[in-house]
Amino acid sequence: MFEYAPAPESRDVVDIKPSYQLFVGGEWVDSQGENRHKTINPASEEVLAEVSWATEEDVDRAVRAARKAFGPWSAMPGSERAKYLFRIARIIQERSRELAVLETLDNGKPIRESRDVDLPLVAAHFFYYAGWADKLAYAGHGPDPRPLGVAGQVIPWNFPLLMLAWKIAPALACGNTVVLKPAETTPLTALLFAEICRQADLPPGVVNIVTGAGETGAALVNHPDVDKVAFTGSTEVGRMIARSVAGSGKKVTLELGGKAANIVFDDAALDQAVEGVVNGIFFNQGHVCCAGSRLLVQESVADELLDALKRRLATLRLGDPLDKNTDIGAINSAAQLAKIRELSDLGEVEGAERWSPECPLPDRGFWFPPTIFTGVAQSHRIAREEVFGPVLSVLTFRTPAEAVEKANNTPFGLSAGVWTEKGSRILWMADRLRAGVVWANTFNRFDPASPFGGYKESGYGREGGRHGLEAYLDV
Amino acid sequence: MSEAETVRLAVRKTYKLYIGGAFPRSESGRSYVVTSSGGDFLANASRASRKDARDAVSAARKAFPGWWGATPYNRGQILYRVAEMLEGRRAQFVAELADAGVRKARDAGRVVDAAVDRLVWYAGWSDKIAAVAGSTNPVAGPYFNVSSPEPTGVVAVVAPDDPLLGLVSVIAPVIVTGNTCVVVASERAPLPSITLAEVLATSDLPGGVVNVLTGSVAEIAPWLAAHMDVNAVDLTGVADGDLAVACEEAAAENLKRVLRPSASAGTDWFADPGTRRLTAFLETKTVWHPNGV
Repeated sequence: MFEYAPAPESRDVVDIKPSYQLFVGGEWVDSQGENRHKTINPASEEVLAEVSWATEEDVDRAVRAARKAFGPWSAMPGSERAKYLFRIARIIQERSRELAVLETLDNGKPIRESRDVDLPLVAAHFFYYAGWADKLAYAGHGPDPRPLGVAGQVIPWNFPLLMLAWKIAPALACGNTVVLKPAETTPLTALLFAEICRQADLPPGVVNIVTGAGETGAALVNHPDVDKVAFTGSTEVGRMIARSVAGSGKKVTLELGGKAANIVFDDAALDQAVEGVVNGIFFNQGHVCCAGSRLLVQESVADELLDALKRRLATLRLGDPLDKNTDIGAINSAAQLAKIRELSDLGEVEGAERWSPECPLPDRGFWFPPTIFTGVAQSHRIAREEVFGPVLSVLTFRTPAEAVEKANNTPFGLSAGVWTEKGSRILWMADRLRAGVVWANTFNRFDPASPFGGYKESGYGREGGRHGLEAYLDV
Repeated sequence: MSEAETVRLAVRKTYKLYIGGAFPRSESGRSYVVTSSGGDFLANASRASRKDARDAVSAARKAFPGWWGATPYNRGQILYRVAEMLEGRRAQFVAELADAGVRKARDAGRVVDAAVDRLVWYAGWSDKIAAVAGSTNPVAGPYFNVSSPEPTGVVAVVAPDDPLLGLVSVIAPVIVTGNTCVVVASERAPLPSITLAEVLATSDLPGGVVNVLTGSVAEIAPWLAAHMDVNAVDLTGVADGDLAVACEEAAAENLKRVLRPSASAGTDWFADPGTRRLTAFLETKTVWHPNGV
């Protein structure tokens, strides 16, 4: 085992203001309310800044600004809208280090991931949809697809800026205007994005950012002048949203929870499979809706695979997210840490066997070691519920049919992984897995050209690709 | 009395439900009177119970893997066969539509012809929709990446009050892509739906792919909208706004896909339907694989 000298990324590149206003109609405005909250660095519990939790009046003001901007924005030639989006993509690239550091500070994810995964994908997403803005008539949604109007968008804390890009880029390309609410624990990169919109001279009101928690989100999705609701987050909240907008005629897309199976067959390239399993569940501390949180391994190779997996986990470095060598960063919040602890404790209570490598945790901040449960039954809560943390449940199977049965035995259907060297088996499995994304001999790959979204209780609608346009067009 | 004076008494049909390929009565023993548009007694139709609805969902779920697993070519052939069988019973449907209120025989004939043509049109989509709704995706890396449509699963369909063309227009797009369904027939004019079930039963359509319930829409629709093993609901035939909202709310419990056309009352069933009813009950699956040696 090598020792690594600390290699921290400098945080001087980012200038965090002590407090932020709301971004409405192209201006920074004060909230009508007094509800101010601090956002902290989950790796140190240091206060980063103070933001407002927007009230119903604030949300109404933002929706009115978006409505006012909708007419000119939707009437603008697509080629002109495209150029604004290309501009935004370029500014994101120019300021990507600053955004990556800020994302890591506010979210707790390793800088290696925010720098090498989140930010490149964010810029790519704006580039991709910029190109669609003047080609919508060729997208297969009719000769003259129309935008919906004002989109209310609510995003989670696990990929703050990437989820913003997934929401805003297609909405704007299609000619909609947006009011976006970032998660209450990770508002800062969305607020920096507002600055980027100003640098790009984006017309006022096309993008509005209101910070806040659940009440702000509810005010946004239930606002009568919102035509489109897009939400990424938990299945529980998605269900509430689906119920609350019933009968309103609003178009809704929901990208919700998951409990993905990563299925390893006995003929898989085991070293690659181990890397894929590690990436599948420990990427972003397991704060990933499509995380491979259930490992289904064929019985004949279970011991061998588990030994290799444990050896690999012992080499993961947990600690300062700004350190370029860090593999596992901080859990995003105290509340999330409590939830991970609760479900993990239940795993033991229900009879599964818990294992973590030797892994000293920092004194301050929110941390959870990479954890494996073996001897897990399908009925265990750790096999059924989304932990949203670095916790892997291991189950075994004997036949491909049993693997399919177990993989599909969940109300979710977001993603799945298959590891085998046999091509026909990959296709056979991919046909039968009820999930929106199937990664074969890879896992957790994302691309703006590739549609993403779930079956069953993982939600509806797709983000990315040509399919992602449908969510923002009147078709 | 001479033989010439004897008027032969017609043998009436008993209208039952259609579940899992069989024609059972409602397990509840309930029925309701169906009258012609002129108010004459036509039949006692089955009034489906909650248990019937659940049996129908079970049958649809059981039929799903086989129907989805059939080749698109095969599904297209079977839908075409349904069209053939419907054409063969043209006169019967013309008569039933006349009973249901389509006044002129010429109009009823036009409806049956359009229903047959609609089935033929949808039959052809079976092996083409994936080419239109799917894509290969040029991702920025060495990966094969392809998106294809797959059926959502079990779909509950509340059929419109248009008793043949509307009915066929909501069933065909759901099943041609591999979904199975539970159909709540028009409450006012349910009889053609059961006769259509006889067509389906003789068209090589596996039992359970289409299940037909007759009875009270206000009773049955909420049961289906709340059923946890139903994946999607088509509320086209729910005319009552409050009932539709209640169904949408119930559907949220397991995130059912909901199709609720904004102006269903005014739908022109003769118009070109487009692909919306096909894509409403399709999921997109994206498969990745590394590209290398």
